[in-house]
Amino acid sequence: MTAVLTPATATGGPETPGRRPGEKKRKRLLALAHSAPLLPAVLLLAVFLFGPVISSLYGSLTNASITGATAANAEFVGLKNYFDLFGDPDFPKSVLLTIVFLVASAIIGQNGVGLGLAVLMQSANKVVRTLVSTIVVTAWVLPEIVASFAAYAFFHDGGTLNEMLGVFGVEGPNWLYTFPMFAVILANVWRGTAFSMLVYTAALNDVPPEIREAAEVDGAKGWQRFAFITVPMIRRSISTNLMLTTLQTLSVFALIFVMTGGGPGTDSTTLPLLAYQEAFKFGELGFGTAIATILLVVGALFSIAYIRALRPEVD
Amino acid sequence: MKRYIGITAAVAATALVLSGCSGGDSGGDSNTIKVAYSKFGNFTQMDDHMKAVKEQFEAEHEGMTVELVPIEALEADYFTKLALMNQSAATAPDVMYEDTFKVKSDAEAGYIIPLDDYIADWEDWEQFPENAREAGAGDDGKIYGIPMGTDTRAIWYNKQLLADAGVTVPWEPESWADIIDAAEAVKAQNPDTIPFNIYSGKGQSEGASMQGFQMLLSGTGDTLYNSDEKKWVTGSQGFVDSLQFITDIYQGDLGPTPQQALDKNVGTTINSEWIPQGKLAMSLDGSWVSGTWLDTGTTPWPEWNDVMGVAAMPTQDGGGAGRTSMSGGWTLAMGAKTENPDAAWDFIATALDKDNSLSYDVAASQIAVRTDVGTSPEYVESNPTFEFFSSLVADTHFRPATSDYAKISNEITVAMEAVMTGQQTPEEAAKAYDEAITGIVGEDNTTETSD
Repeated sequence: MTAVLTPATATGGPETPGRRPGEKKRKRLLALAHSAPLLPAVLLLAVFLFGPVISSLYGSLTNASITGATAANAEFVGLKNYFDLFGDPDFPKSVLLTIVFLVASAIIGQNGVGLGLAVLMQSANKVVRTLVSTIVVTAWVLPEIVASFAAYAFFHDGGTLNEMLGVFGVEGPNWLYTFPMFAVILANVWRGTAFSMLVYTAALNDVPPEIREAAEVDGAKGWQRFAFITVPMIRRSISTNLMLTTLQTLSVFALIFVMTGGGPGTDSTTLPLLAYQEAFKFGELGFGTAIATILLVVGALFSIAYIRALRPEVD
Repeated sequence: MKRYIGITAAVAATALVLSGCSGGDSGGDSNTIKVAYSKFGNFTQMDDHMKAVKEQFEAEHEGMTVELVPIEALEADYFTKLALMNQSAATAPDVMYEDTFKVKSDAEAGYIIPLDDYIADWEDWEQFPENAREAGAGDDGKIYGIPMGTDTRAIWYNKQLLADAGVTVPWEPESWADIIDAAEAVKAQNPDTIPFNIYSGKGQSEGASMQGFQMLLSGTGDTLYNSDEKKWVTGSQGFVDSLQFITDIYQGDLGPTPQQALDKNVGTTINSEWIPQGKLAMSLDGSWVSGTWLDTGTTPWPEWNDVMGVAAMPTQDGGGAGRTSMSGGWTLAMGAKTENPDAAWDFIATALDKDNSLSYDVAASQIAVRTDVGTSPEYVESNPTFEFFSSLVADTHFRPATSDYAKISNEITVAMEAVMTGQQTPEEAAKAYDEAITGIVGEDNTTETSD
């Protein structure tokens, strides 16, 4: 953060001697008075957002459970849940599946397809644009549980996909059973692409056509214009969108729960499903909360990575 | 800022869910009692029963209101929902439908309270035999739940399909081999029929662990838990043999396909479609199954008694008692946060008086626990299978209701799923199970001796 602040302070520097001594203080007070109406909002935010976060963090340090003696009198156990978690054979697999799901469905799938669609639609005519965006956005406006059952019906053994394949004489496998991760990844791409597409369409519309035309005059080919002009200009949207889709995808639960229930075996048990299983199926609330905390850390790490990698050069 | 909002919102949502939205003190007025129970799939009889009792109770208690809270969830989710409701006074029920094997841990959690003071003045209690009373007892010996009925498990079979395959009917298998032989005969005669179903795999959770696996294991010389030493059994031959049976059925094409069997809703499909439509020849299932086919059930099937027969589950090689079963059963219990315990008790006593017990046990095909109900001609004549299933009580087994049980039961279904899909041999799956439960309970709490 210092790197960003230094130039600002430097430019602000020469002006300071010109000001009257009391003005700075007065301005600060004024700013404070202006933000006073925000106080209730900040308080609400603190109570309803940070309160639960802290209580959840605390919960992960206890042996709280759903039933039995530890439901009535949970004890502080320190980092025991975390040590147990790292010793749990299901945990590494679950982390791996979560990352596979995240990279394939959010980073490559939703962002890649969303950007691709947005670019293609720029040069498409109005009819095609309306048609495509309607179809894509439909999946997005469906409530998660409805989309989940729709995806289940599509990939299920006797589902739409296999019936369609049957028309061509291909006997499809039971996707949810044989390729569970593949099915849930496709379903999540289907469901979430519209969001990325909308973000990128808006971003692309903000790229001034003159710059692209200038590059064209300079002899840049299509892909060069895209890679060296368009992408750098929309990098802030890319970073924001990557972050939002990552966080959304990390917390996907209903989709996988409805489609495969985390199975067969643990072959599609991502961290949210593992947390659910531990907290509610086995009743170990403290342990389940520890998994949720790990999920939070994974999300935070990805977010930091995006901000670092795609930090805008100028503010 | 968006980043923080995103993260905090995600965490807040998780935390809210995990903390069960605890807090809030609006316990409701004490003129209302809240009754929580399960209503899912084919099981609608409890809902009917509670509606009827509510009407009767409200007529007898002027000014009182009964609020029914039917929970529509799979069995495992029912326990969770109920536990979360119990954590807050605002949602805790006054009366709840409580599984006998959850009584001890829920009593320990302080969700339910002892009923001994009320029972002392309740003349109906004499009708409950000693072992039925035990079903609702906590670790402290106090009575927390009044049993509504119990259940046993056996093989339901389609007489015609077996007879067609050359199997003598009535069928009385004497060993596991007899079951496999009958299944193979059905397969040979009629390849489109599914010969035998035994619940298996993670999706069926307790259905697979108790009704499938433990029905097998209890017929070997081995046990899951050594109750004398209070240790979990590892490395037993019975465990491997039971998994071998699952392998023989699923890998030998004698059961549903693994894909069909792993569908979470297969239980409903079996009893409302496959059996009435003659697609399944034999099904290892509970005494309550015929409740689905009665007029009060979800799939009335007037001919069921002519078509279906019942056979006791044999032990592995006919040894021991020669037959085996597993039992559970449910109770009504009083919530610890109730503001009007007297009214809650009156509701329980009304719901389980002789007439109401009788109508519920008949409608839901429960094995009666009240002596006066069990011996009443109306009960015995109402369902031709009651006598048979009641007779299995003598050779039945119960699950170890320890606090680790849920996790260990899950490991059993993992092992079953691994062998039914052919991913592991029975020996490999049993070894993985041994390692998993050693990890759960610790080396000191395992033993190689069954009791």
